[in-house]
Amino acid sequence: MTAAVVRERSLPRLGGFSWGMIRLELRRLVRNRRTVIFTFVMPALFFLLFGTSESYRTERVGGGNVTGFVLVSMAVYGAMLATTSGGAMVSVERAAGWSRQLRLTPLHPVAYVAVKLVLAMIIGAVSVAVAFVVGAFAGAELPAAAWVECGVLAWVCALVFAAFGLFMGYLLPSENVMQILGPMLAVLAFAGGLFVPVDLMGSTFATLAKFTPVYGVGELARYPLVREGNLWLAGLNVLAWTSVFTAGAVWRFRRDTARV
Amino acid sequence: MTVAAVSEGVARGSGVPAVELDGVVKRFGDVAAVDGVSLRIGAGEVVALLGPNGAGKTSTVDLLLGLSAPTRGSVRVYGRAPREAVALGLVSAVMQTGGLLKDYTVEETVRLTAVLFGRPRSQVGEVLERAGIADIGGRLVGKCSGGQQQRLRFAMALLPDPELLILDEPTTGMDVGGRHEFWSAIREDARSGRTVVFATHYLEEADAYADRVVFVRRGRVVADGTAAQVKAMASGRTVRATWPGADEAALMGLPGVDSVEVRGDSVYVQGRDSDAVARFLLSRTPARDLEITSRNLEQAFLALTSDDAAGAGGTMTAVEGAGGVR
Repeated sequence: MTAAVVRERSLPRLGGFSWGMIRLELRRLVRNRRTVIFTFVMPALFFLLFGTSESYRTERVGGGNVTGFVLVSMAVYGAMLATTSGGAMVSVERAAGWSRQLRLTPLHPVAYVAVKLVLAMIIGAVSVAVAFVVGAFAGAELPAAAWVECGVLAWVCALVFAAFGLFMGYLLPSENVMQILGPMLAVLAFAGGLFVPVDLMGSTFATLAKFTPVYGVGELARYPLVREGNLWLAGLNVLAWTSVFTAGAVWRFRRDTARV
Repeated sequence: MTVAAVSEGVARGSGVPAVELDGVVKRFGDVAAVDGVSLRIGAGEVVALLGPNGAGKTSTVDLLLGLSAPTRGSVRVYGRAPREAVALGLVSAVMQTGGLLKDYTVEETVRLTAVLFGRPRSQVGEVLERAGIADIGGRLVGKCSGGQQQRLRFAMALLPDPELLILDEPTTGMDVGGRHEFWSAIREDARSGRTVVFATHYLEEADAYADRVVFVRRGRVVADGTAAQVKAMASGRTVRATWPGADEAALMGLPGVDSVEVRGDSVYVQGRDSDAVARFLLSRTPARDLEITSRNLEQAFLALTSDDAAGAGGTMTAVEGAGGVR
């Protein structure tokens, strides 16, 4: 038996939340080709396919053109996809037993969730940025300030979907949860008037749209461009759905950490 | 907000037991996976938790790691609650399966562990070296063989330089060569005085690598002794004779006898010196129809761990008597 070696041991700061971890996680994320295509490439591609026709470029909306309007919608869609998949990472990690492995480190479960949220928001920002850069070169016109305002709103409001992704990630332990969530988001995007403006829907669907989770984000993000619509209603929609998804995520998270 | 956690006497070779289980029960619904286990493991011991599948080994390991909480009783690791001991890096583990992400490289996985434990990056290369996987640091985990993944788990477990290393069926799925190499690495490592507890259902592993063997069956410790004592027991023979009203006390008094059991008209005497037992039975008693059988470790193990406990009772008592529940 060796002589007594008294060594100090201490816990990491902030429950283990660190930029070192975020850096490594980002590296892993961009290694996943499917994530990159779905969150960075696809929204920009959709924009090019559906938003850049000659008539859209010339038709005016608010202080810009229809191409700009479609661009903002697609940026919202990209941010949604990105933040959802960021949050939903937990499901893959639970399925692989990685969450259990992390329980053998000082990482606090809350710090883990915080890391996932930060990651979701980082890739959400990249997704919006990619769409906007493509848009700028492909004929999208927005008032100068709206480029920033729309982008920031699309990004910040996508927090709803980071919460959604976390909720689903804890609810569905699956290797490829995004295969379920991807189509679900597309349906929500249609229902919430992101792909087809609410005005063009029948009145029943137009009314229903206001209660779906994508509606508020879309309305808010496009507001700096169109300068019309009910901001209060949109804001209430975003807050309500954020609360619902956060509550769901917290509920599942609690169960998960209790069971381990 | 660094939580100061100065270790008071938490050191190799100090008086604090590495593991202290006291009347621990873990129930899942009606099933008691761990059913009243009390166990003390001193610092520096290399202990095998031996038992068949479903005996409660993994449940015990989970309790030690704070992955689950006991229904009753207390679990202390170096005098602390398991979660705390884990967070401080006092205890770490190599788990059976899973627990790795395919799209990290080997080196990144260990680097992330270092980040989480707040250890310098220089330690990453060090533990990769010690686990024997420094040459595949850049390989994606998904492309690693089962043995390489197990070594990666070992490297991760080494990173906080734990006082107690727990291995849960660490060589499941490895070939003989891989198993040997893995155990060489563990053995090399244990030389520094690290406490090692490993769960296994391989008898040879318990026999070859543990100083002490704890038999578990149906959530209970049925025997606890040094590997040498277990071997001595295993190398013994059983003498069976027909002797109605056998004098158990006289038989127990014979040299080298570990256990005596009477079943109906038969008496079973287990011990190292079967010749002496046979001579005694034939010359000093009315016993007849003698049979002498030897049993190996495998049989001893089966007797101790089989669900059909009948007939194993005497042996169990014997091992507990010989090994002494520490």
